[in-house]
Amino acid sequence: MSTAVATHGAAAVRVRRVAPGRLLLYGCAVLITLFMLTPVYLIALAAFSPAQAIFDYPRALLPTSGLSLDNVRFFLTFGGILPALRNSLVVGLLTVVFSLLLGCPAGYSLARYWFRGKNVAQLLLVNVRAIPIVIISIPLLVTFIEWGLYDTVLSVALVHTAITLPLTILITASVFLRVPAEWEEAAMSLGTSRFGAVTRVVLPNSVPGLAAAALFAFVTSWNEVFVAVILTLRSPTLPAAMVQQLSDSPLTFRFAAGLCLTVPAFVFIFFMRPYLFNAFGVGGK
Amino acid sequence: MRPLVPYLLMAPAMLFLAYFLFWPALGAFGVAFQTAQGEWTPANIQALVRDTDFGLAVRNTFLLLVIIIPLEFTIALAMAVLAQSRLRGRGFFLYVWSFPLAVSDLAAGLVWLSIFTSHGYLNSALQGAHVIQHPIGFLNYDNLPGLLLAVVAAETWRSISLVMVVIMSGIQVIPPEMEEAAAILGAGAWNRFTKVTLPLLKPTLQVGLMLRTTTAFQVFAVVLALTGSGLPVLATRTETWAYAHNYQMAAAYAVLLLMLSSVATVAYLTFLRTPREVFQR
Repeated sequence: MSTAVATHGAAAVRVRRVAPGRLLLYGCAVLITLFMLTPVYLIALAAFSPAQAIFDYPRALLPTSGLSLDNVRFFLTFGGILPALRNSLVVGLLTVVFSLLLGCPAGYSLARYWFRGKNVAQLLLVNVRAIPIVIISIPLLVTFIEWGLYDTVLSVALVHTAITLPLTILITASVFLRVPAEWEEAAMSLGTSRFGAVTRVVLPNSVPGLAAAALFAFVTSWNEVFVAVILTLRSPTLPAAMVQQLSDSPLTFRFAAGLCLTVPAFVFIFFMRPYLFNAFGVGGK
Repeated sequence: MRPLVPYLLMAPAMLFLAYFLFWPALGAFGVAFQTAQGEWTPANIQALVRDTDFGLAVRNTFLLLVIIIPLEFTIALAMAVLAQSRLRGRGFFLYVWSFPLAVSDLAAGLVWLSIFTSHGYLNSALQGAHVIQHPIGFLNYDNLPGLLLAVVAAETWRSISLVMVVIMSGIQVIPPEMEEAAAILGAGAWNRFTKVTLPLLKPTLQVGLMLRTTTAFQVFAVVLALTGSGLPVLATRTETWAYAHNYQMAAAYAVLLLMLSSVATVAYLTFLRTPREVFQR
């Protein structure tokens, strides 16, 4: 009995002796997690505080002064916010449609064909991220004014498509690569055309990957601020409307906006997790 | 006809990119070096240098860049290594560490605004702990360290996830045998990291640095949300001039931005060049 306890004790000691290194790792991980989550907690606290609590100092770090939906309701019903939200959704959806319509054929071409200039095209697509968005927005602004497209959701969606398209092509290419070419050939030997094989075999088997590409395009558009600010005035997207309101809106309004703009990220990333390395990583395609 | 198919599939996307990405990138030079009537002139560049906030915008952009980039890459390296070690709850950690990938710079600025205003949570916490007697005006226009601190905190919080994912994508393609071999030869964890992992990560770090430096030069909404016009940077000046319908000045600022990030890209390509044999794994 006593030996059993002794060995048990020794095992416990050994576990504890291994622990410090692991404990340090966990300590660091928890610290980083706190750095990531504390601001989210605080903006939620600020957004849900009663309006008059904003004047309290020092401010309570716990929701002791009660919670209220007033700020968030004020933000959402404020003139222009809901139309801006609608604009953001329309721009995002247009960006998704444009970039998939243009990106899928190009991605399929990269996945299934060898052709002269393919390497150059791929290199180009990887490296266009080095072009600052700031620089393309000014000449395009001039072009859109000439075309009568200035201050429209279409103009913003076109530029957002240009920003997302290179990655949409690279993601769809990697998605199509995962569908074995043999399946397509099998379908064609059963009498369908190449186009039929693509629509009936390749596309149905690529739905999750294409959904991730679509979500990536949507999130990029949803979050893009600079182009939207430059290209719109009376029909801004949500971030552009917020930038317009920044200097003359009360703090409570800005905090509610901060919360409303941050929360969707948790949903987006939840669904994009399996594709993060495809979308944001380098190499390892 | 067959060999044409791949080109026909690529063509719409490539034409679109040519028109809406490559052409305007060149077009910016046209706007910057021409009068509104289309005559070539250096006057816009001269006006740019004389712009009241020009010097400040350049200084602030560079200050933010040289603080944020090293800070971010150091912490992100640690995060990537942590995420690779088999921690319990790794999925949860990765999820929380990567959610800012989908947070806009505007949202990040607003989130950290609640922390850094004079009656915000940081001052409240410091006062609660009796570290300070009176609130610090972090965001006062004349408090440069305070302004920088706020923007650095918000920008690091938002974009460190991207750097982490880039580094992780590089770590994942390093064959585990490399580290195992070093471990068998008696290398400790620190030596394995600095002598094996880090050198093999160089190509990844190079791409990550190029990407992140380009975006750091364009820092915009986070600065606007936290400081208003208190901390002018290149992108906010571009927007101010565009808003004032002076597209020549706006383009001049944008061209300067492109030049600076091109110089940075070339510098990374030159100084972080990887010897060929490392590529041929």
